[in-house]
Amino acid sequence: MHMAITLTINGETKSFDAPPDMPLLWVLRDILGMTGTKFGCGIAQCGACTVHVDGKAVRSCVLSVSAVANRAITTIEHIGSTPAGAKVQKAWLEAEVVQCGYCQSGQIMSAAALLAATPNPDDSDIDAAMAGNICRCGTYVRIREAIKHAANGQS
Amino acid sequence: MNAHHNVSRRSLLTGSLATGFLLAFHLPLRAAPNEPVQPPDVTDGKFAPNAFIRIDAAGATTLVMPQVEMGQGIYTAVSMILAEELDADWSQVKLLHAPANEKLYGNPIFIIQATGGSTSVRAFWKPLREAGASARAMLVQAAAAQWQVDAASCTTSKGQVTHKASGRTLSYGALAAAASGQTPPKNVPLKDPKDFVYIGQPLKRLDTPDKVNGKAVYGIDAIVPGMKFATLAQCPVFGGKVGKVDDRAAKKIPGVRQVVVLDDLVAVVGDHMWAAKKGLDALEIEWNEGPNAKINSKAVWDDLRAASAKDGVVAKSTGDIGKGLAAGEKIEASFELPFLAHATMEPLNATVHCKPDSCEIWTGTQIMARVQSEAAKAAGLPVEKVTVNQHLLGGGFGRKLEPDMVVAAVRIAKQVEGPVKVVWTREEDIQHDIYRPVYRDTIAASLSGGKIVGWKYKIAGAAVIARWLPPAFQKGIDIDAIDSATDVPYEIPNVHVEYVRAEPPAIPTGFWRGVGPNNNVFAVECFIDELARKAGKDPIEFRRGMLANQPRFLSVLNLAAEKAGWGQPLPARVGRGVCLQPSFGSFIATVVEAEVDEQGEVKLRRAISVVDTGIAVNPDTIVAQVEGGLIFGLTAALYGEITIDKGRVQQSNFHDYRMLRINQTPKIEVHVVKSGEAPGGIGETGTTAGPPALRNAIYAATGVALRRLPIDRKLLAAGKKA
Repeated sequence: MHMAITLTINGETKSFDAPPDMPLLWVLRDILGMTGTKFGCGIAQCGACTVHVDGKAVRSCVLSVSAVANRAITTIEHIGSTPAGAKVQKAWLEAEVVQCGYCQSGQIMSAAALLAATPNPDDSDIDAAMAGNICRCGTYVRIREAIKHAANGQS
Repeated sequence: MNAHHNVSRRSLLTGSLATGFLLAFHLPLRAAPNEPVQPPDVTDGKFAPNAFIRIDAAGATTLVMPQVEMGQGIYTAVSMILAEELDADWSQVKLLHAPANEKLYGNPIFIIQATGGSTSVRAFWKPLREAGASARAMLVQAAAAQWQVDAASCTTSKGQVTHKASGRTLSYGALAAAASGQTPPKNVPLKDPKDFVYIGQPLKRLDTPDKVNGKAVYGIDAIVPGMKFATLAQCPVFGGKVGKVDDRAAKKIPGVRQVVVLDDLVAVVGDHMWAAKKGLDALEIEWNEGPNAKINSKAVWDDLRAASAKDGVVAKSTGDIGKGLAAGEKIEASFELPFLAHATMEPLNATVHCKPDSCEIWTGTQIMARVQSEAAKAAGLPVEKVTVNQHLLGGGFGRKLEPDMVVAAVRIAKQVEGPVKVVWTREEDIQHDIYRPVYRDTIAASLSGGKIVGWKYKIAGAAVIARWLPPAFQKGIDIDAIDSATDVPYEIPNVHVEYVRAEPPAIPTGFWRGVGPNNNVFAVECFIDELARKAGKDPIEFRRGMLANQPRFLSVLNLAAEKAGWGQPLPARVGRGVCLQPSFGSFIATVVEAEVDEQGEVKLRRAISVVDTGIAVNPDTIVAQVEGGLIFGLTAALYGEITIDKGRVQQSNFHDYRMLRINQTPKIEVHVVKSGEAPGGIGETGTTAGPPALRNAIYAATGVALRRLPIDRKLLAAGKKA
């Protein structure tokens, strides 16, 4: 069963038909063509699909589209227009965090949500916010460093 | 590449979709005037002196990347090497993925067009420098002809030729047309390294800006007008076939368009991945599991242990091993490494459009030309009718040195009208990998007067090279399986190395980041620590005593000891372990500090690597690769194991095939030694270094000499001894 769905994504209204149980991840990628949000595991284990719903980092691979109607969805394509997101992106490039980059959309979304809620995170805040995001290239050392730089406004 | 050419694709798409719906058939995607992934390599009107450099009249300098970008930073390193000898303007550099073309873009080490084995900079160092220098010389000749001056009186810098005496300057863009008519010089001189302006600088990577804003396009992100989406199930038992398929329930799922049944796999095609996945879950498939359904891990290990007891093919023999082993106190140990999956963050995928007379593929691969030729076979087309569009890779680690995912996607696409994107679920990706082989390495050594006098080493494991690059498999020796076993840095008078080819039953094996050195450096460096203990010596002191003629090894080892505070007191059940390795043409010493708690759980505290990799093209990339490589290796040491039961892989996703996470990551310091030697390889070195250094730290902390990976916590609980 498809149903008509309207979402607010990155401040824009998007209307389309989709099965109500379809995860937001696949709506973004396969219906709306917004491929910045990544598929990694499908079971909320890796964080590659992280987006913001009402400012909170959530795993879009297990979040059905019917659950997010009337909520504000922000994706990697738009996170640079938020103050925390812009800081994180800048710090990411200055610390040269990224390797293959596939997980980094999710990493940046988790980090931006962390900084928006906790402007000066300590190591345990960073662990708690970021432990759900796997990076197979092993960029964790630089992720930690970049979050601290972004928080301190050093970037 | 995408950074410069794909930006508009997304804005077009989102723009056209903002107003529409038309979901069921994805008409907006079909209707969108989609751009190709990258423009073709058009050389008309450009100065195109060789396969790697194109300069247009505006000075835009497009560099064609013969090696693929999977995170290792090679697009930037290749560009730096070309730009260095070309004296290009770095701000004018744009990148293009190379097309499939073995002749133009073959890796000089492998001959085939492959990215792997930490070879990129080593293999392309000279040809890229020559390409840059030759192009520069032609631009200078063109300027000198126009000015009617001696070419030797002209200089170049940042994309310009200057004649100082007359104060004249011409940009490379202005010279592009005239340079095209010049003859490339023979034996063009290369720069003296002291004159390098780019090489040796930590320049910012060219591929990363679009990787922080969602614009970077990986293979899985390819959007082809009109495409459908598919996911597949292969027989869970290796080599098994499809028996019966009941697709009645699957076909009732909204968005499911087609069920493709092939002899060994079933795919569901739908309007999106969700429909395809739900459709696949709704299929009732009976598999003909075949004879491999009896295979389990115990049988694999029994076979390998039996094979390893046999004599092997001699890979190296110096001195007199019989006398050497008889000379002192003899000890022996065997080390075992498990099957591993690659688990690239980007699951396997390929988008394919098969037509009766052509086939087009969008994917990210480490082997462009082989993918093209294997796809042609699968499509039943001549190779020139197959186009492969390369993408950024969301990790490679050796998995994408294989064409199997593209072949499967082509076979599915042949049954589908129009283009189809085939995406593996994570479960399918892990359960149908081409696995790092199991290895069993046995070392017997004799100690006399605190020194090693005899060293007999036998490697038993699969010969990946025999399958992957048959001409390189000579006289029964797999040059990868023995890599770092025949060039142990220590001075040992009597050395004998043997290789036993032992192929596991039915389980496909392939390259995995760190390749052959992973098993050899692990066995050698773990055993050296056991010998040091037997000799009553500190592990670093013991190594130093055998390195009198190895200044580069000695220097990295000494610096690592200093940076790690080697010898300074540590709390109970905390230890430091060292690894010294000769792998990939680099000289690397690593110290890991780890703590083992009362239950045997291991906590990583610190890792230090000192790297002498010759000339460091981009030192920051080298640091990043070693940091990441260490984490990759330490992940495997702590968690990595694929086990087999009833002919199938037991792990399926990140909950049971675990990865190290940020909260478990230690502090990591990487020190790059200044060197004028030719560049070594770097991408895999950290992966090789991590596990033995960790194991030796655990040995120091607990006295337990682990001889298998992943580490067995049960052996490490308080009160246990080796």
